[in-house]
Amino acid sequence: MSPAFRSNLLQIGLPVILALGLFMPDWAIFLGIISLAKGLVVLGLMLLWRTGLVSFGQGLFYGAGAYMVGILPQYLPITDALLLVLISAVAAGFLAFALGFLLRRYREIFFAMLCLAFSMIFFGILVKSESLGSTDGFNVVETSYLGFVPEEPIVMQRMLYITAAVVAWFACLFVNRYLGSTMGRLSRAIKDNELRVEYLGFSAKRAVHFKIVIAGTMAGAGGALAAIAIGHVDPEMVWWIQSGEFVFVTILSGVGNVIAPLLGSVVFEILRTFAIEYAPQAWQFVVGGCLLAVIMFLPGGLWSLIERSKEGKDDGNSSR
Amino acid sequence: MLTATAILIDGLIEASYLFLVALGLTLIFGVMKILNVAHGSFYAFGAYASATAIGWWFASGFPDYGSFALMFAIAIGLGIIFGLLLEVGLLKRMYGKDEVIIVLVTFASFLMLEDVIIWIWGGNAYFAFEPYSLLGDIQFGTLFYSNYDLALIGLAVALAAGTWLLLNRTAKGRLLLAVIHDTEMAAAFGINVKRYFTVTFIIGATLGCLGGAVMAPKISVAPGIGVEVIVLAFAIVVIGGMGSIWGAIIGALVVGLARAAAVHLLPEVELFVIYAVMTLVLIFRPEGLFMRQKARKI
Repeated sequence: MSPAFRSNLLQIGLPVILALGLFMPDWAIFLGIISLAKGLVVLGLMLLWRTGLVSFGQGLFYGAGAYMVGILPQYLPITDALLLVLISAVAAGFLAFALGFLLRRYREIFFAMLCLAFSMIFFGILVKSESLGSTDGFNVVETSYLGFVPEEPIVMQRMLYITAAVVAWFACLFVNRYLGSTMGRLSRAIKDNELRVEYLGFSAKRAVHFKIVIAGTMAGAGGALAAIAIGHVDPEMVWWIQSGEFVFVTILSGVGNVIAPLLGSVVFEILRTFAIEYAPQAWQFVVGGCLLAVIMFLPGGLWSLIERSKEGKDDGNSSR
Repeated sequence: MLTATAILIDGLIEASYLFLVALGLTLIFGVMKILNVAHGSFYAFGAYASATAIGWWFASGFPDYGSFALMFAIAIGLGIIFGLLLEVGLLKRMYGKDEVIIVLVTFASFLMLEDVIIWIWGGNAYFAFEPYSLLGDIQFGTLFYSNYDLALIGLAVALAAGTWLLLNRTAKGRLLLAVIHDTEMAAAFGINVKRYFTVTFIIGATLGCLGGAVMAPKISVAPGIGVEVIVLAFAIVVIGGMGSIWGAIIGALVVGLARAAAVHLLPEVELFVIYAVMTLVLIFRPEGLFMRQKARKI
């Protein structure tokens, strides 16, 4: 697991790939936006995973970002997509910051269960809030892009795709940089033995707290993007099955790299779209089966396939 | 006063079926350290199979009271099938992997089983009310309850007592306690840990199925019941302490009473009161009410 990625590929390669996505056919562009949105959540989970933490409640921050997009324009005259996404991300980040004081004390299954508990409380509140549309949720306002209000839906989707791509790119750059920093490199150390980290003079709790905030912020941004793309928010976004899906995509992607979550997310959305299209009665079965197959036969996730093919050229810099 | 009685009795009824499910979940966790998400599917399978079988039983004109034995038979049968399918067929290959990875394995199994249920029984609701009305009613002041509900409470108490006897008064049970306490040490002393794993999983799965089977006459058996129950069972097990049998009893009582109280007093909070309690417990007793803190590894 190389801590940081070769940055030229990230700085030039990733934006080129994302830009190419703009020329996708119309039906695929929505898929692209959702993949990027969920990829952001998975990017945060990957950060936690490298520390040995798994959140079974990341839907909380995803949903918080989404509901923020829905609620904010009702009170403030903001319709700009990028601004909405940023504000929602910050709001989700603050939520993560507040909850982080508690969450950072827990590890392993207890961390997962406490995350689940918080997300279920939020879910319960949303379901019982009549003003927020209860289980039906409510529709999100039409968004504008730097003052430009697209008339046709397809133009709007492309504008939103650009927004999502820019956010995802910045998130990748940031996380990559963070992983290369001392605090980022501590992730593995915290996973292996927290007490030793403390003896080295670092605060493992503070490091974990910071990761929770980053993961929450990115999940909020992802939720906001998804809400704008779908045009609707509902409590399902917070439901634990959704959180489980995020964890699944993390496994599918592999945690070796910041690009892996985006890649895994795209693969998952394609898989899901086709499964729903061709086997609507069996898509959960297909998803579950794939999850099992990945855990059994590809424990390093999809990224390990790429690593493996690279290994011949490099001298096996990656440990797994 | 009336409300208090209603809360108490409703809470006890709720707690008793949740205890059946949670006991299986906590047993599997205690012995194997697996948080079994698929447990919700066991419950759902138990409920569906029991609803179908009860319908067939009464339609065929078999003796009415035999339907109770039928429920147990179904639970045991399904428990063995799931035990062999999941533990022997799948989980056995996963031991040694991260706890969280194994949770995901059971999550995957859960997703698959949810679809299998839809394939077998479709999206319609099933009802099997006959055994429920068979036992008649009982009156507490002005409140009417079915004797079936009281029998549920009795069943839960019997199972709790049975589990206690099994663990403390039989040789096999004491060996199981050793496995729960320290798997490696137990194996070093010559206990066949793998066999205990399989048997425990079958017993746990049977309890999950039994929870569904005995609830079938009380509820409309429809898609989604497994998901609903597993989130409650999680909360119970976390509140009581994962792997603790006494914790499951107390957890079930806490959740059952909290839920009943919410339904009667403040219906708005019904959904999240349980998770609020669970959060509070985790904050003040991270290992649950009935678990001792483990020593930190250096």
